[in-house]
Amino acid sequence: MRNERKREVREPLVHLTRRSAMSPLQAWGIRILAVLLGLLVCGIAAFLLVEKLQKNPERIGEFYYTFIKGSFATPRKIWKFFKDLAILLSIALALTPAFRMRFWNTGAEGQTLMGVLGAIAVAFYWGGKIPEGLLLALMFVSALACGAVWGAVPAVFKARWNTNETLFTLMMNYVASYIVAYFLVVWVPSGSSNLGKLKYGKLPSFGHEYLVIILVTLLLTAALHIYLNYSKHGYEINVVGESVRTARYVGIGVGKVIVRTMILSGALCGLAGYMIAAGLDQTITTESVGGQGFTAIMVCWLAKFNPIGMILTSGLVTLLDHGAAQISQDFGVAADFPDVVVGIILFFVIGSEFFINYRLHFRGREREKGVK
Amino acid sequence: MNIWLDFFIDSLAFGATFIYGSTGEILTEKAGHLNLGIPGIMCMGGAGGCLMLNLIGNSSLPGFLVVILGILGSFCAAMLMGLIYAFLTVTLRANQNVTGLALTTFGAGLMKVLMKKADPVVYLVGPKQLFRFPFAGRTDSLQRLGVLFFLAVAVAVLASWVLFRTRVGLNLRAVGESPATADAVGINVTRYKYLATMCGGGIAGLGGFFYIIDYMASQEAYLSLEAFGWLSIALVIFALWRPHLTILGSTVFGLLFSCSSYIANIPGVTVTMAAKPVLKMLPYAVTILVLIITSVRNKRENQPPASLGLSYFREER
Repeated sequence: MRNERKREVREPLVHLTRRSAMSPLQAWGIRILAVLLGLLVCGIAAFLLVEKLQKNPERIGEFYYTFIKGSFATPRKIWKFFKDLAILLSIALALTPAFRMRFWNTGAEGQTLMGVLGAIAVAFYWGGKIPEGLLLALMFVSALACGAVWGAVPAVFKARWNTNETLFTLMMNYVASYIVAYFLVVWVPSGSSNLGKLKYGKLPSFGHEYLVIILVTLLLTAALHIYLNYSKHGYEINVVGESVRTARYVGIGVGKVIVRTMILSGALCGLAGYMIAAGLDQTITTESVGGQGFTAIMVCWLAKFNPIGMILTSGLVTLLDHGAAQISQDFGVAADFPDVVVGIILFFVIGSEFFINYRLHFRGREREKGVK
Repeated sequence: MNIWLDFFIDSLAFGATFIYGSTGEILTEKAGHLNLGIPGIMCMGGAGGCLMLNLIGNSSLPGFLVVILGILGSFCAAMLMGLIYAFLTVTLRANQNVTGLALTTFGAGLMKVLMKKADPVVYLVGPKQLFRFPFAGRTDSLQRLGVLFFLAVAVAVLASWVLFRTRVGLNLRAVGESPATADAVGINVTRYKYLATMCGGGIAGLGGFFYIIDYMASQEAYLSLEAFGWLSIALVIFALWRPHLTILGSTVFGLLFSCSSYIANIPGVTVTMAAKPVLKMLPYAVTILVLIITSVRNKRENQPPASLGLSYFREER
């Protein structure tokens, strides 16, 4: 102890200060730089992991080209790209109101899965017995209600007893997944847990089979942008997110806002589930959402909880995912290679936020300038 | 052997996976960092250990050295994952949930790519018997209580002792409760956070290694590992942030999780197929109940660390 006290005060090598604001152009420049750096590291990782690339290193150019090819080589791939983007985006949008309130909802996976279950349950029991239009409407209501309930339960406990919402919603994912497993055992007498495609309850399609989903998601983006930025509810959400004490002081019922927002967030997850159930799969497995509920958290955060920005970030993640999947096909790597690529790029993008939010002052340089 | 005893010992052994995972996560959370990357870290711990054994499995090294090197390989790989997390969340002050989720995506994916390159005959068949040291020859479930199981219990007890009985532990808890206060009394917040996250990561990684090499001891084991990482995070709540309680909690989780496969063998009990998912849901449902009860009772010593999930910047009030 004594020795430490004697030591002269040293100036640290790097000194940090928070930036007040950075021009959006500069910020996006840093983000794009981060993605490029990430891609570079992905290339290095590919050299270490992909045997075909080790044998012919000149194929590295093809390696990067494959990223684009995975999403845009054929019209079918383009449609699939926009479909996957839309589903991911719709889940990310659903999370946005909760995140703006600083309610860390890690339960989108479960809320969406419950939405799928709600829709499929209606189609399973009433399919063919009532008119298709009514069936679709009932499926819609059921999906939204299931998602909303799954979102509201943790919110009520958060509002009343301040129960940790991150852990609560995380656990609810697994409860949801086993509820689905339970219904699959009940519904499928053979015990294979493979429900197969249901005959009833398919959303009508026009133009292209994926067009409805894409349009609904676009509408949802615009609606949420308006709700969050131009409505009283949106304002209340922002205040609660900034400071619970301020919200109480100005007379906002914090508990009410938390529960209301989580009902909305859960219901929107349910809507995404409805699109998966009625628009795409017409069946359910425990993997119907396939981890997109977790990916959506990253998409939402990367866009700084801005609905419009999420179009870009969900596009980036989908592009990487498809591209890397194409790579594992073309270069004969394990099918899990996309996860490695997405992980690496995300590390870089997550890390780049630091350089947007903080300014670095190096010891030597500051002195030369005479700032200090 | 008696079916009940068999069931109990099997659950005890299974629980070691969670003891490692949640002890590691507790250390991390005590430093104020909610690491949702634990599933990925456990995966990479498993991969690191198996790759090390893949290298030395055919050599003529003495048995104890193979065991130690395997454990080291696993610990180091997982610690590197912890380092990535620590660098992003401590130094670059990134959002912890997002970083953790990205780490899980990365770790689980990389493990599957790496494990496809390893040869199960080399890393599994020979070393398996070494890791099951005292009871290697047995055919009942006692064989699963190997070196790594006893290490797990020791690590959990040691972690509790360090956390609650030493100055280092006191400082670490101070960092997790209020980093600004800890900083003011001269504790190096950054160093403690790095140390806790990396050690925690390394310990958690051993859980994945144990699951692959000892408990399951099959070449497909790595495919089902990720789910148990999430369960380990659940166990942290169940154990009320006390490492020694994870021994108890993990046994309960093990019992709940494996009862769906044992219950059918118990005479006089019949279960339908539909009961199995419900039984498997129990660990999660019980965790939610514990979470609710602790928050309703609101006793200060049973709460999550106060600054859990928040990054610390000295110049911010």
